[in-house]
Amino acid sequence: MDKATVMKQEVSTAAPAAVSVRDNSFRRKGTYRFSGAALLALWWLLYTNLLSLSRFVTYEILPLQRETHLGATVEFFIYEVPKVLLLLTLVVFVVGVIRSFFTPERTRRILAGKRESAGHVLAGLLGVVTPFCSCSAVPLFMGFLTAGVPLGVTFSFLVSAPMVNEVALVLLFELFGWKVALLYMGTGLSIAMVTGFVISRLHMETYLEDWVAEITSRGITQPQPGLDDEHMGWGERIRFGIDAVKEIVLKVWPYVTLGIAVGAGIHGYVPENFLAGIMGKEAWWAVPVAVLIGVPMYSNAAGIIPVVQALVQKGAAFGTVLAFMMAVIAISTPEAIILRKVLKPRLLGVFLGVVTVGIIIVGYLFNIVL
Amino acid sequence: MEVKVLGPGCAKCHALEKNVRAAIQELGLNVEINHVADIKTIAEYGVFMTPGLVVDGVVKIVGKVATKEEIKKLLSA
Repeated sequence: MDKATVMKQEVSTAAPAAVSVRDNSFRRKGTYRFSGAALLALWWLLYTNLLSLSRFVTYEILPLQRETHLGATVEFFIYEVPKVLLLLTLVVFVVGVIRSFFTPERTRRILAGKRESAGHVLAGLLGVVTPFCSCSAVPLFMGFLTAGVPLGVTFSFLVSAPMVNEVALVLLFELFGWKVALLYMGTGLSIAMVTGFVISRLHMETYLEDWVAEITSRGITQPQPGLDDEHMGWGERIRFGIDAVKEIVLKVWPYVTLGIAVGAGIHGYVPENFLAGIMGKEAWWAVPVAVLIGVPMYSNAAGIIPVVQALVQKGAAFGTVLAFMMAVIAISTPEAIILRKVLKPRLLGVFLGVVTVGIIIVGYLFNIVL
Repeated sequence: MEVKVLGPGCAKCHALEKNVRAAIQELGLNVEINHVADIKTIAEYGVFMTPGLVVDGVVKIVGKVATKEEIKKLLSA
């Protein structure tokens, strides 16, 4: 923004007339830091008092008794919903700021022309930190290919980006502990890397749709104005984080609330071990079935994880449920339809197949280990 | 002047279009807006992320929802 525009804006919002640009940015930065600190303090205050708050509301304000089904369910609900939302807000903000350092343009430059094994590992890791919106999957895919990122490496990125997302990790951490969250991240990344590796080995470059091959083989990468803002100031990075919170948390909170409500209900009312028969450790066929059911389904992590937790409480085997969750998040019918426009059936099939098998293996692994 | 909003129809693309319309209205310009949702056409522009803003055939903004002010500045330049 040039000085004239900045000054014009300041005047129109009734600020003192003679204000220099330097004063403006300093004041704005100061405002950011102050409100940032205040918000953080407020967050901490709320977070640490949630348990007593939830108990207070459930048992003092509402006429519920302790030790009853309904009491336990409601207390759980009132405790978990704000807790998860607070945690989500903080984590999404922090991850948002981290992501401001990793534009897709930069990721592309890191990955272009990397040798295969290193490329897959990097692509998987970068998928976690690069900002990614699922509607941009195809443009990103094609942009990477055009810029010389090998096909398999691009696929590694495409698998890890939606699956290993911070919302899923926060929820898993909150409801299952850090070990499970870490395990999810580790196995998710492994599946991403292996998928890319397999596709590289099979040399399936010829199975891109003709129009895609034509565009990507031109090798001309456009400049991406607005996307390669790597020299952002901190004010902009904070705005990036805030935008991420607005975009993600505002989109996701109804699902989280509903998911926790359903989870709380199952918690309180479904008898223990109800599901042990069909989803328990004994049912070895449950893993593939759960995954095959999950693959076509479309949901975001937010809604489904609380339900997952409740199912586990009622006797479903952990691996089965986690595999189901991965399958739902990683692939879906809408995504497959979109990818079909870009990939020939054989390549699409290999992609879906490898990811599915990978998740099934992870499901069995979790069942054995946990 | 011809303005195109590139995007397959997610919330961000609609937000961008809304900002574009507001900017155009405030500037009082006579401009045609096209919302391009077809993936093949979007791919031809070589953008990495949607939403994208194209003015007179040149890609001006990629991957973010530009504010009304940013768009106004672009269109007046």
